[in-house]
Amino acid sequence: MLSYVFLTSGAALFFTQSWEILKKFFSMFLSGMWETVFISIFGTAFGVLIGLGAGILRTIPVMPGDSRFKKGLLKFLNVLLSAYVEVFRGTPMIVQAMVIYYGAASSGIYMEKNFAAIFIVSINTGAYMAEIVRGGILSIDKGQFEAAHSIGMDHFNTMIYIIMPQVMRNILPAIGNEFVINIKDTSVLNVISVTELYYQSKSIATQNFMYFQVFLITSIIYLILTFSVTRLLRLFEKKLEGADTYTIMGSHTMGHAAFKVDEKKGAIL
Amino acid sequence: MSNIVEVKHLKKSFGTNEVLKDIDFSVREGEVVCIIGSSGSGKSTLLRCINMLEIPTSGEILYEGKNILDGDVAPSQYRAKMGMVFQQFHLFNNLTVLDNCTVGQRRVLKRSKSEAESTAMKYLSMVGMDAFINAKPRQISGGQKQRVAIARALCMDPEALLFDEPTSALDPEMVGEVLTVMRTLANQGMTMIVVTHEMSFARDVADRIVFMDDGVIVEEGSPKEIFTAPKNQRTRDFLKRIIEI
Repeated sequence: MLSYVFLTSGAALFFTQSWEILKKFFSMFLSGMWETVFISIFGTAFGVLIGLGAGILRTIPVMPGDSRFKKGLLKFLNVLLSAYVEVFRGTPMIVQAMVIYYGAASSGIYMEKNFAAIFIVSINTGAYMAEIVRGGILSIDKGQFEAAHSIGMDHFNTMIYIIMPQVMRNILPAIGNEFVINIKDTSVLNVISVTELYYQSKSIATQNFMYFQVFLITSIIYLILTFSVTRLLRLFEKKLEGADTYTIMGSHTMGHAAFKVDEKKGAIL
Repeated sequence: MSNIVEVKHLKKSFGTNEVLKDIDFSVREGEVVCIIGSSGSGKSTLLRCINMLEIPTSGEILYEGKNILDGDVAPSQYRAKMGMVFQQFHLFNNLTVLDNCTVGQRRVLKRSKSEAESTAMKYLSMVGMDAFINAKPRQISGGQKQRVAIARALCMDPEALLFDEPTSALDPEMVGEVLTVMRTLANQGMTMIVVTHEMSFARDVADRIVFMDDGVIVEEGSPKEIFTAPKNQRTRDFLKRIIEI
């Protein structure tokens, strides 16, 4: 009985404290959250762009009659990209952050914190995305490339208008994955004092020493963020899928009415 | 009539497997050539070499007097002149029927959107697919896909159309609609090279039949010569097998 009172009052106390902390430091939590969202959105977006670029460059075909120079350049490019992928996939982001930020500082370049943060997350994500995009390209039927080539499209046109749109649709779940990882992993950027959610939480906790309460709130915020992102991406995926229906246009053989066909039901609507 | 494309001493090997052995072949403007032969005889590879989808091991492909394999002519420029229709259609899965027909015109021929769309509509109505411009490839049947693929190739104003077994992946009831379109094209004077197993189509439409076996052209001649009085024993054997089926 006593212990029950103790427990309930303990729990009550805990929640009161947490609530007080949230109220008192709300603006700090909020700014940390925005910082985290901001860095992970841009970091993921640039990372995807890097990945797509790497994918396009790595698949440039060698044609007969290409100069020695071009062949050499392509080979060099491939080695460079592989090295990039290996290095940034093979080292922790927390270490990359230190090396890049303080490396730049020691050679006299002061990086703005947010710039550094987005830069680090971008190249890190880019290394993963390069491999994901490579897998995405491999999954596209060779016939899609051949058909594009057969109507005279060059490599870049083929990739941009035919292949990449299909790759994007296929790798969207993987991009979502990277996004979620980035929301969580931006926390390591506190080592270079980027004021994201984890850094802010730590600052709050050192003021009142209620680590448990503070970080419970923090973890709930992270969970809300990652959960929302997953849902949003699922919606986006659905949208990319396109409509199940298409309109048959009026023609000479079909009269002038346009009517819709439902793909799944096979019915005319 | 001048030659559209001329192939000289063409060889193609995949590893140690020599698929084409010293092929000489040409096609004249307005001519319909059907290439027949059993599978593995190299007929598809020949067609794919003509369109540079396979890079020949050695030999020459002469187009407008220039050897394409020298690298003086950009392969993409040359390919745009040689329309290709594939066995598996290969429509662009991410694009609608209309966009399948406009993307090449806009990106390669640099036509305006409206010009590309009116050209596309012209050829799509020719193949009877103008009602389906909003559909995605996954929403239409095989025969419909192949007709769109033919329209897509025609939109590039090609000098010749290459067909790689265009009806082999179709249900029997859809073969007719594709062959009808091809007959129309042949009657309009389109230069065509057709790799096919449709012997009646070859007999009726072709100006010339080329019989290939084991990487060489064994015999060529008019449909009458090939189908009624084949000179070579291998041609006779092949035709006998086909007719038995």
